[in-house]
Amino acid sequence: MSKANTIMPGDTAASRNFGSMLKELDWRRYVIYIGFVVVFLFFAILLRDQGFLSPNNLLNIFRQTATITVIAVGMTYVIACAEIDLSVGSVAGLSSVCSAMALSHWGLVPGILAGLAVGLVVGSLNGALVSLLGIPSFLVTLGMLGIAVGVAQWITASAPQPILNDTFNLVFGSGNFGPVPGLVVWSAIFVAIGAVVLNRTKFGRQVLATGGNRNAAEFTGINTKRIKFQVLLISGTVASVAGMLYAGRLQSGRFQWGSGDELSAIAAVILGGPSLFGGFGSIIGTLFGALLIGLINNGLILAGLDSSQQQVVRGAIIILAVALARKK
Amino acid sequence: MNTADNVVEMRSISKGFNGVSVLKDVGFDVRKGEVHALAGGNGAGKSTLMKILQGVYQTDAGEIRIGGKPAAINSIQDAKAAGIGMVFQEFSLVPSLTVAQNIFLGVEPLGRGGLIDDRAAVKRAREVFSEMEVHVDPRAEVSRLGTAYWQLTEIAKALAQNAQVLIMDEPTASLARHESEALFELIDRLKGRGISIIYISHRMDEVYRLADRITILRDGRHLLTKPLTDVTPEQIVEGIVGKKIEGELSYRARDRESYDRSPLLEVRGLNAGHRVRDVSFALRPGEILGLAGLMGSGRTELARALFGIDKLDSGEVLLRGKKVKLASPQQAIDAGIALIPEDRRAQGLVLEHSVQENLLLPLLGQIQRGPLLDGAKGKALSSLLIKRFAVKVAHPHRPVRLLSGGNQQKVVIAKWLGTDPDILILDEPTAGVDIGTKSEILDMIRELASAGKAVIVISSEYPELLAVSDRVLVLKDGSIIRDIPLREIADEEYLQLAVQGV
Ligand SMILES: Nc1ncnc2c1ncn2[C@@H]1O[C@H](COP(=O)(O)OP(=O)(O)OP(=O)(O)O)[C@@H](O)[C@H]1O
Ligand SMILES: [Mg+2]
Repeated sequence: MSKANTIMPGDTAASRNFGSMLKELDWRRYVIYIGFVVVFLFFAILLRDQGFLSPNNLLNIFRQTATITVIAVGMTYVIACAEIDLSVGSVAGLSSVCSAMALSHWGLVPGILAGLAVGLVVGSLNGALVSLLGIPSFLVTLGMLGIAVGVAQWITASAPQPILNDTFNLVFGSGNFGPVPGLVVWSAIFVAIGAVVLNRTKFGRQVLATGGNRNAAEFTGINTKRIKFQVLLISGTVASVAGMLYAGRLQSGRFQWGSGDELSAIAAVILGGPSLFGGFGSIIGTLFGALLIGLINNGLILAGLDSSQQQVVRGAIIILAVALARKK
Repeated sequence: MNTADNVVEMRSISKGFNGVSVLKDVGFDVRKGEVHALAGGNGAGKSTLMKILQGVYQTDAGEIRIGGKPAAINSIQDAKAAGIGMVFQEFSLVPSLTVAQNIFLGVEPLGRGGLIDDRAAVKRAREVFSEMEVHVDPRAEVSRLGTAYWQLTEIAKALAQNAQVLIMDEPTASLARHESEALFELIDRLKGRGISIIYISHRMDEVYRLADRITILRDGRHLLTKPLTDVTPEQIVEGIVGKKIEGELSYRARDRESYDRSPLLEVRGLNAGHRVRDVSFALRPGEILGLAGLMGSGRTELARALFGIDKLDSGEVLLRGKKVKLASPQQAIDAGIALIPEDRRAQGLVLEHSVQENLLLPLLGQIQRGPLLDGAKGKALSSLLIKRFAVKVAHPHRPVRLLSGGNQQKVVIAKWLGTDPDILILDEPTAGVDIGTKSEILDMIRELASAGKAVIVISSEYPELLAVSDRVLVLKDGSIIRDIPLREIADEEYLQLAVQGV
């Protein structure tokens, strides 16, 4: 019997019939991109006089979406693994606060480390409770959402923590790299790493397999408990970076930063990927999901809707997009 | 033949998925009160044809007549209303509800004030079960019952809705032997009451035991429909496979002298959970060891323990004379053990993922280049496996869920053989697999052993066990009660008695 790991080159059976592939192409998977283009064109025409297409406004959309994008990259892993992380928004808030406080006491590096530590600690706690004790992540992270916000409010007595360190503010959010806003660079880095790891590494495959069928993954030798722990750790850590991006952009730490972001991030993931039930995930889809949400927010503001109307329209557009993308 | 006798008549049915034609101009009919076997190789289109009858899929061309009249079956509800009932391969019950609640799900009897009358439901469920002459407690929660009861509940559910035709797609796949026998008796009784049964199975003995007529599909085409009295088993096998197969179920001696050295695997005093008790045995390279026993005798649990899924309570496992720790599947895999699990859908495959992704899952280490996976290498490796195991797949990037049962099983086997294990444990490797593929799989097992690997085969089908095993261990209540070399096993009956502990 020949060994399986001798590779035979040049098998083209899979790539043979391009025409039939095109016919089989499942347009539902691309609904997010189509939706993005449609909404973009819609605003571009409707709001051309309000300066929607001005470079400044477009950069603004990117800038405002950056933190959600970063959080949503982590969330994509969690959802691909058939879990959920509701604590990301409040982790961002707590991280902004801890980072700001450590900065003013001890300086730049301790400030950054303090922010990251928040994510590492909360992420590990979430991961340990879910994977070791088997508590559903929905409950664990719901509880953690409250705890993180509470702690952030408590240690600051609800007061904003100003950040006077210019280097920090420049690196995390306020600065530019040449013509490109720093926040855009940050989201590009997270999206790039996130996409490569999910699609092109062993870890990424194991996350998808664990989310797709935990039993089969376990039988294949994947330590699914460890994978679940890791995705929640990643999500928490990434959220803490997002918290520092808030802190740098707004030059202060505040417990409210990031509040509600968990829902936007989940919406971005679902808009960009096919399922809330695990087994699938697309980081590029997530990016466009986040951008679509940012686009809608921006367009509605320019169109002069007030914030209550914005919420209604935004909700309706998201439901519509998910409805179009659903599997039969 | 008068077509008015036909309760169901399907004429010129054609069906394709994404341009791939699966059924071509197929005709099929069922008479009142007959058991009609539907046979054919994996992927021949049996399940698809039945899903059309059930309203799950719509036919592209052709017509369905029920009771002589054209019927438009566009949904499962239409099929139910027309008297077509289905015993699903993947059970369609709600585990948290009771048997009676499941039977009347969606058609609950209502009492005063339009509220559900659970007591009436229980009473009517009792009536259905007593007509079936089986004992099932309608108030039991389904999740607490075994698969055989699930199936009875499914059948009762169909009967309660006045089904005249019952479709059974490989109903014995998850049943123990005595449970299958009870099912066959039930089928006989239902038939006696004028209910028609369409019976899909890959097991010839069942077809001969039950069916009045047989229809064979090959590659989506109708090959023949005949009374069973008019065909020989050889003709049926040839019809299904498309060529003659000989001696697929007879033992073939292998040259084992060159391997009979020290044991590859040695198990001493193994205890795990409730179902593995003080198990000791040794396995040499080149040897095929059969595990026989009733359902619940601990065969699967022993396999799980050896593969590191269940914790060992005590005892030791030696590989090539060295003690090994098997605390996780990863450790077992690293030690060169592979397990092909009994339930391919739940344990073997990520159904929504592509064939290629499933094949590569245990092989990710092999296709890594630095920290990244090499896409081209992965593609080459998976198409190699697909070719080597002759998996019938239209497109390796489409979900494995879309493959027929037998081809799914081939994917599971291929995925594990890709890891090139030294010790291979196969738990019911031919469940749901057609006769042609079965003989291929048995050949594959023999070949692996000839290549110096050690193989453990668990099977409830005695002919199959006797066809490959060099030695059979009989388990009962978690302990090995017999260790019989093949030459001492006179025939199937001898083995059956040994399993029953007589
Ligand atoms: N929804 C689907 N989409 C695409 N292809 C499908 C779909 N359902 C079935 N097929 C294909 O149709 C063919 C027939 O499948 P079917 O399940 O009817 O075979 P079968 O005779 O029941 O086989 P088995 O004995 O293995 O259960 C297979 O090649 C399968 O891959
Ligand atoms: Mg089938």
